[in-house]
Amino acid sequence: MIPAPPISLAVLAPALIVMGAGCLVLLLDLLPPRASKVHLATVALLGVVAALLTSLAAWGGRGRGFRDMVILDNYALFFHVVICYGAALIVLLSIDYLRRSGVESGEYYALVLFSTSGMLLLTSASDLIVVFLAIELMSLSLYVLSGLFKGRRQAGEASMKYFLLGAFASAFLLYGIALLYGATGTTNIDRIAAAAAAAPHDTLLIAGLGLLLVGFGFKISSAPFHMWAPDVYEGAPTSVTALIATGSKAAVFAVLVRLLLSGVRAVQADWTAVLWVLAALTMTLGNVVAIAQSNLKRMLAYSSIAHVGYMLVGLAAGGAAGAGAVLFYLLAYTFTTAGTFGVITLCVRAGEEAVDVRDYAGLGRRHPVLAFALALLLLSLVGIPPLAGFVGKFYLFGAAVRAGFVWLTVLGVLNSAVAAYYYLRVIVTMYMQEPDGQSASVAPSFAGGLALTIAVIGVVLLGLMPAPFVDLAQVAVAPLLR
Amino acid sequence: MTPHVLSIVTLLPLAGALVLTLVPRRLDQVLRVGALIVSLAAFAASIRLYTGFDGSSASYQFEEQVAWMPSLGASYHIGIDGISLLLVLLTTLLMPIALASAWHAIEDRTKEFVIAMLVLETGMVGVFVSLDLFLFLVFWEAMLIPMYFVIGVWGGANRIYAAVKFVLYTMAGSALMLVAILALYYRHGVATGTFTFDVPIVTRWVVPAGLGQNLMFLAFALAFAIKVPLFPFHTWLPDAHVEAPTAGSVILAGVLLKMGTYGFLRFSLPIFPDASLTFGPIVLALAVFGIVYGAWVSTVQPDLKKLVAYSSVSHLGFVMLGIFTLNVQGLVGGVIQMINHGLSTGALFLMVGMIYERRHTRLIADFGGLWKVIPAFSALFLVVVLSSLGLPGLNGFVGEFLILIGAFQTNRGLAALALTGIIFAAVYLLWMYQRVIFGEVTHEENRGLRDLSLREWALIVPLVIFIVWIGVYPTVFTGPTEATVEALIAQVQSKASVALR
Repeated sequence: MIPAPPISLAVLAPALIVMGAGCLVLLLDLLPPRASKVHLATVALLGVVAALLTSLAAWGGRGRGFRDMVILDNYALFFHVVICYGAALIVLLSIDYLRRSGVESGEYYALVLFSTSGMLLLTSASDLIVVFLAIELMSLSLYVLSGLFKGRRQAGEASMKYFLLGAFASAFLLYGIALLYGATGTTNIDRIAAAAAAAPHDTLLIAGLGLLLVGFGFKISSAPFHMWAPDVYEGAPTSVTALIATGSKAAVFAVLVRLLLSGVRAVQADWTAVLWVLAALTMTLGNVVAIAQSNLKRMLAYSSIAHVGYMLVGLAAGGAAGAGAVLFYLLAYTFTTAGTFGVITLCVRAGEEAVDVRDYAGLGRRHPVLAFALALLLLSLVGIPPLAGFVGKFYLFGAAVRAGFVWLTVLGVLNSAVAAYYYLRVIVTMYMQEPDGQSASVAPSFAGGLALTIAVIGVVLLGLMPAPFVDLAQVAVAPLLR
Repeated sequence: MTPHVLSIVTLLPLAGALVLTLVPRRLDQVLRVGALIVSLAAFAASIRLYTGFDGSSASYQFEEQVAWMPSLGASYHIGIDGISLLLVLLTTLLMPIALASAWHAIEDRTKEFVIAMLVLETGMVGVFVSLDLFLFLVFWEAMLIPMYFVIGVWGGANRIYAAVKFVLYTMAGSALMLVAILALYYRHGVATGTFTFDVPIVTRWVVPAGLGQNLMFLAFALAFAIKVPLFPFHTWLPDAHVEAPTAGSVILAGVLLKMGTYGFLRFSLPIFPDASLTFGPIVLALAVFGIVYGAWVSTVQPDLKKLVAYSSVSHLGFVMLGIFTLNVQGLVGGVIQMINHGLSTGALFLMVGMIYERRHTRLIADFGGLWKVIPAFSALFLVVVLSSLGLPGLNGFVGEFLILIGAFQTNRGLAALALTGIIFAAVYLLWMYQRVIFGEVTHEENRGLRDLSLREWALIVPLVIFIVWIGVYPTVFTGPTEATVEALIAQVQSKASVALR
């Protein structure tokens, strides 16, 4: 008889809360009032906030459960906080955005919550099987969400492309897991670590790791596995794009860092070389192609590819400094990116979403507060002090220099100078050009405004007072490097 | 002595800007007056720095240090020595003048303008007072953005191109400096066990001579050389100066360029002495080339603002020449010349702006015979022009004379070449003056020009006072600098020899 694994729901609490809220939303959706969905959004928001508070309360603990398949350490909790913040911002942004787009529905919030719970589970997974389950839970919801605008061709393309390529990536992941299992006889990350340390030159291990990197590379949209990102970012509803760009990336980075630093540190030299190339490719490609984009969402898609490249620099640097820098960067990036997409959800032109850079001409004159917020967020993405993006880059590149990757750092800083060009172009349009014809106006939204305010405060706070957050990130990566 | 006076000077403009965000935008007169009061208050506070400054000491004064990121070793550490004192004073003096110069010139989005200018002031003062590399980097980069807006929003026809070029040039330069700062931080940390960005501590450490030091020097030097601008990194400057509104040009020429030369003095020389000696001859050659080149190109400019812009390349070449002579005369001359250039070129841009406001053209060919129409303007313009070309008795002479004495000791050939720059300066400035001011009134539009208004008098007179003061009695200004400069030279020499041994 197979003994049932011990059930320890406490380690799953945050993910379960979000999941439960998702089910509740589905149930409530069947009951009146049917006209408005604000109450569903409220339930979703409460669920995410409850998960956030649960995670904060669990800080410092080290729970394990289900035979070490799930682990709730500070590392996972740090990501819980990042993801819950991101998800909460996105729920806030969605309320008026969805109503305006005419696709308001209960399933939307439920799917966002399911996807979020997948992300939370992913960050605390310490077994590759759970990793796979969580990735699927997260991704399947996102596939559906990205096709939410049923009537639009781009939406169909986005959903289809994301699904097909995502399934492809899942296959790589599974194959990689199978090979790792073959090499080490286990799917548990801790036990993989022991096995890898014992036999670091196992070809099967390296091959499996390579396949896993392909799978993860797809999910975080690192070059050359980034092809889906621009189309999906463009076709998906902007609020969903924000979720894909922030939460899903953070979650996959969580498991990637955990696997590389904790699981296969024994073969660090091998994966470092691969990451070096991936990082250089990803940030260069992202930034260079972003220059040519006139659609703001596509531009941000390439920019987010570039930011993944920067984070890969930190990951390549490895060690506590590199991993801590990646964590801090993800926090900063989540605030900034969620805020940036948030501004887009608030701007309309001729009844449509304002996605062309030219739509923003003269925004600085007509809506100074919103334009200022967008300018601040973009400057943070450029990496101008004293904003979050600057501190994040400083830590990332600092870790890379410390680890001896000076040339990769040089490439990184030159890339951020290139990036300044296309981010500043949006600011140029907003402040220095006058609209020709119709241009974007702002759809008033209290919830959206609140979300933006939180994001902007976060960006400024992380820039001015980074020390406590950096220390938290350092504490969070400590369990990995034992 | 008031505590935290240096912090007050640095952060008051930012605080003022934050307060002004609360003023409704239709009250633009309130915004202008408010910004002017804030900048004057910052100037008043900075005078306390001068009166309280001990000129005989070379150490940092008015130091303040607050922990900021203890785990990283970065702190809010500020302080001034004889070099930064003068630059801070220059900044706080020019800012109210620049704001007042825009009284009528900037009527569109006044609120954003005054806020950008005040934030810019905090950024510039912050660069000069930072004694922490991280803090320095924060101010250095943050300062770009308000300047970018000033050029891009309120500038001339080609403003967007100029603004983007300005930012991209500077960012590309400072990108490598960031890497060098990180490399310096870790090397210092590994060698001494203290990971810190603190400038005095890092400066005390002797960086091992060799490739590492050379690369770090070059990375810093690139960032600073673009800012100065040293030939051949000057191509952003004519665009930015010409397109910027008058107030922007005044600040750009008066203060921003000095951040580059200041960087060489504060970081490159003392931290990388060997590399400074190794690459010194190249810098000297580029500086002299810039002097001559800037002068020649100025001569043929048809546009007044472009002429003044290229003259900056020439004048800043003198500053760089003085700094890299690495002797007391040259360095003191370099520091004084930084101030002089800020005063005279600031004044030149102001006065060009004044006639531009009247005629909406800056082409030399559109003027002529102005003395008959606006004699007061012409007389003051003459003083400023003469100061810029280095007439004895005015400020420009003092700086250039000291620099040439210094350069003569280092390299006679280069000094002789640099000397031709002074002659050419006389050529382009006097020729320009002659065509604009003397002769008959050739354009009917010029007959009706008003002479200086009270506000314009108030803008120019303070600058002229300093121009004459430095020219006649330079000790007041060179005094506080000398001790600092001597200490700097001693430091370079001792460290270079230690490293060579």
